[in-house]
Amino acid sequence: MRYLPKSQSDREVMLREIGASSIDDLFAAIPAEYRLKGDLKIPRQYAESEIVEFFRERAANSAQGYATFLGAGAYSHYRPVVIDSLISRGEFFTAYTPYQPEISQGTLQSIFEFQTMICELTGMDVANASMYDGSTGAAEALMMAARITGRSKGAVAKTVHPEYREVITTYARYQGMPITTFGYGKKGRVDLDMLDLAIDEETAGVLIQSPNFFGTIEDVAALADIVHSKGALLIVSIAEAVSLGIVRPPAEADIVSLEAQSFGVPLGFGGPYCGVLATRDKFVRQMPGRLVGEARDRHGNRGFVLTLSTREQHIRREKATSNICTNQALVALMCSIFMSVYGREGLQGLATQNLAKAHYAVEQFKQAGAAVLFEGAPRFNEFVIQTKNDPYTINDKLLDQRIIGGFPLKKFYPELENAALWCCTETTAKASIDAAAKEVAL
Amino acid sequence: MNPKQKIRKATTHISQNEPLIFEKSSAGKKAYKLPPLDVPEVDPAKLLGGHARTDLGEIPEVSEIEIIRHYTRLSTWNYAVDHGMYPLGSCTMKYNPRVNEYVARLMGLAEAHPYQPERVSQGALRILKMLSEQLIEITGMQAITLQPAAGAHGELTGILMVRAYLESRGNPRKKILIPDSAHGTNPATAAMSGYTVENIKSNALGMVDIAALEAQVNHDVAALMLTNPNTLGVFEQEIHKIADILHAKGALLYMDGANMNALVGKVRPGDFGADVLHLNLHKTFSTPHGGGGPGSGPVACKKILEPFLPAPVVSTKKDGTLGFDYNRPKSIGRVRMFYGNFGMHVRALAYIMANGPDGLRQTTEDAVLNANYIRKKLEGVYDLPYRTPTMHEVVFSDRLQMAKGIKTGDIAKRLIDYGFHPYTVSFPLVVHGALMIEPTESESKAELDLFIDAMKAIAEEAEQNPELVAEAPHNTRISRLDEVSAARKPVLRWRPQTEAVAK
Repeated sequence: MRYLPKSQSDREVMLREIGASSIDDLFAAIPAEYRLKGDLKIPRQYAESEIVEFFRERAANSAQGYATFLGAGAYSHYRPVVIDSLISRGEFFTAYTPYQPEISQGTLQSIFEFQTMICELTGMDVANASMYDGSTGAAEALMMAARITGRSKGAVAKTVHPEYREVITTYARYQGMPITTFGYGKKGRVDLDMLDLAIDEETAGVLIQSPNFFGTIEDVAALADIVHSKGALLIVSIAEAVSLGIVRPPAEADIVSLEAQSFGVPLGFGGPYCGVLATRDKFVRQMPGRLVGEARDRHGNRGFVLTLSTREQHIRREKATSNICTNQALVALMCSIFMSVYGREGLQGLATQNLAKAHYAVEQFKQAGAAVLFEGAPRFNEFVIQTKNDPYTINDKLLDQRIIGGFPLKKFYPELENAALWCCTETTAKASIDAAAKEVAL
Repeated sequence: MNPKQKIRKATTHISQNEPLIFEKSSAGKKAYKLPPLDVPEVDPAKLLGGHARTDLGEIPEVSEIEIIRHYTRLSTWNYAVDHGMYPLGSCTMKYNPRVNEYVARLMGLAEAHPYQPERVSQGALRILKMLSEQLIEITGMQAITLQPAAGAHGELTGILMVRAYLESRGNPRKKILIPDSAHGTNPATAAMSGYTVENIKSNALGMVDIAALEAQVNHDVAALMLTNPNTLGVFEQEIHKIADILHAKGALLYMDGANMNALVGKVRPGDFGADVLHLNLHKTFSTPHGGGGPGSGPVACKKILEPFLPAPVVSTKKDGTLGFDYNRPKSIGRVRMFYGNFGMHVRALAYIMANGPDGLRQTTEDAVLNANYIRKKLEGVYDLPYRTPTMHEVVFSDRLQMAKGIKTGDIAKRLIDYGFHPYTVSFPLVVHGALMIEPTESESKAELDLFIDAMKAIAEEAEQNPELVAEAPHNTRISRLDEVSAARKPVLRWRPQTEAVAK
């Protein structure tokens, strides 16, 4: 087997040194009746060339090279080449969690930089090293709010990604955390009266998303006033990180739960992505996940260590803030490199291009006769249109032109008949928008 | 002998200094160029009004060459599997095959949107289905979900499934039993699932005390979470008896699959009585650890738990194509958006294909051979608190070295000078001053011999020159960091100098 660095004679020498007559001696602890007598029923050993061929065939049986108008929590942005070039260094991707700081400074410093960049982007004081993704991050943020406030309930906007809400339901169900939802108004934003009704004196955290699932930017400041007046914490989930280049960060929030996939992480059929939580300094000891902090060695040199680990499972066990251990370190590194490439000005320019493409598409779709829903509130790079025909039928026609149309909303919002969520990024060509507009019109 | 002469694996060499990326930033430098817009330009202030952002604060401005050098320099400060043996117990730091990385980046897979229509996702769906089937065969289970994002996430999924199953039978019960040798994620998971934790003690052999277990299992117990082989590297020989005791009282056996690298191809948890287990694809199935993730934590289970698996599951449709089945009324619900860490699924499947049944078996045998070789060679040099046969990892203690005040943490730091990553320090908790060593199958005899010699040399140093060990490492960029001060006054982000001074 090509990954195993031993000859048969090495094995024999080692067995002799151990004093075993055969390898079976070393498995004697396993009761004989359970030991496998023959081979596992899995395919035979493949040559590398065969493995490559197999996966090339699978990759070809996909929408490779199609134009896409899908967003809905996973965004198609250009990935600068240097990202893969750098994360492919074995020193990064074959290293473990940096528990031994003297030989892990590369990972530790890069996480410290990531935490800083996330703070700058979100307007928060402190950010963790990452969470699994935006959905689990949002669920953990609600649990965190419960620990901080000592209250037991959560309230979640219906305009939060439906799959995030499903994850929250699963997490909350067994922690004695009732979750209420509140609806949206004509502009596709949280309805303030419904929000008001959804909060009571036991509400720990209120979760909203902005830009929300319909692409609409919420009025975070107004929502924060209501939430804070009732003594609850405001959690803002951001699924489209590129929006932060041009949309004011949710500075009024108490916790921000960001999904950073847009920052150079491949769509990859849904994962791995990169969640991250950011919050106020005063709440840091209730935040789950790893944290890197600055430290000095005995010569006064600056270095970085994992810190405040008394929050974590390996120290606190059942009293920990979360059971999270492995997170998304290498993906967070992709995000850091992406932010470094675009930088302070580039992130703004990139976001503005997204804004321009979506704005153009909205205008074209309107002219073609589709109804654009939720007008009157600002949006970033996603929007909802309603058509005469079923969106699935429209999408089937587009697929024949190698275009993937918008995400039909009926599955999650039965009230939105014939509506679909469309997304344009900097990668969406004008020609694709024009082609889609023709089908939408029919 | 000069201590440096004993260090055979490593030599110090020049490494580059590098500031934080923010400290290299200056206005106007850039590493990007946007293509010209093919649609009319827009005015963000007009479209977004009060929601428009005008400044991104301290996001760095650097050029491409500076980015390459920055991260390359940082990378050289890390130890990695690519450098050599990484004997972290229970972490399974094995070789990460390069073909895995190559195939995971093929465009049709890397650029697949999770919501693209199923008819243009057949390739990705086929990968999910094949990996599912092969992991079911490897574990001897009957159903599986690939949705959990990491091991601890798999634990949560598995225990919630246990809870939903028991609830469907009328009573979710109250407690999860966990051995004192367990990983911290086990009790943390039980708490997140709404259970209280009850510890069970190990016997003198380092195994579950069957009599004690029998006394503890009652109708309040939902499940036992058991790592097998356990964190001492010891196979629970009476595993089936354990399963029988639980099953007789209507409780289930949850197996933490962190140590599956000792079992693959030799024995299947489904055959010895486990009802549900999670795997760590980033341990047993060679997906890279990435400095702390991403992982992937599939959960395999017996038929009785299948209805409770997270939705969706991959299914074959009437026309023979693959799709997702969302109609799962008894499901615990979603534990993650979309379908899990698909990129890791691709890599794990590539690993299984590269091995085949014979390769997987040989891998397990080599992993166990390596651990036993180390055990044999270091026994006596280091105290071996449990003499029970070990599988893929071995746990020593620092009892002998403590005579001179040298702790496991000191030995670990000195190992760095010898060119190795330390073993797992002070875990499992059942061994005071533990040195937990898991070599994996990826080490040649020559590398193992270097490690053994290093450990012997350190034991000698601990005897003759304990200060040398107590103050290690000596050859690294930085010496031991003051972690206590770092936690007392945490600095968790960079701020510009002027602001810091003003504060």
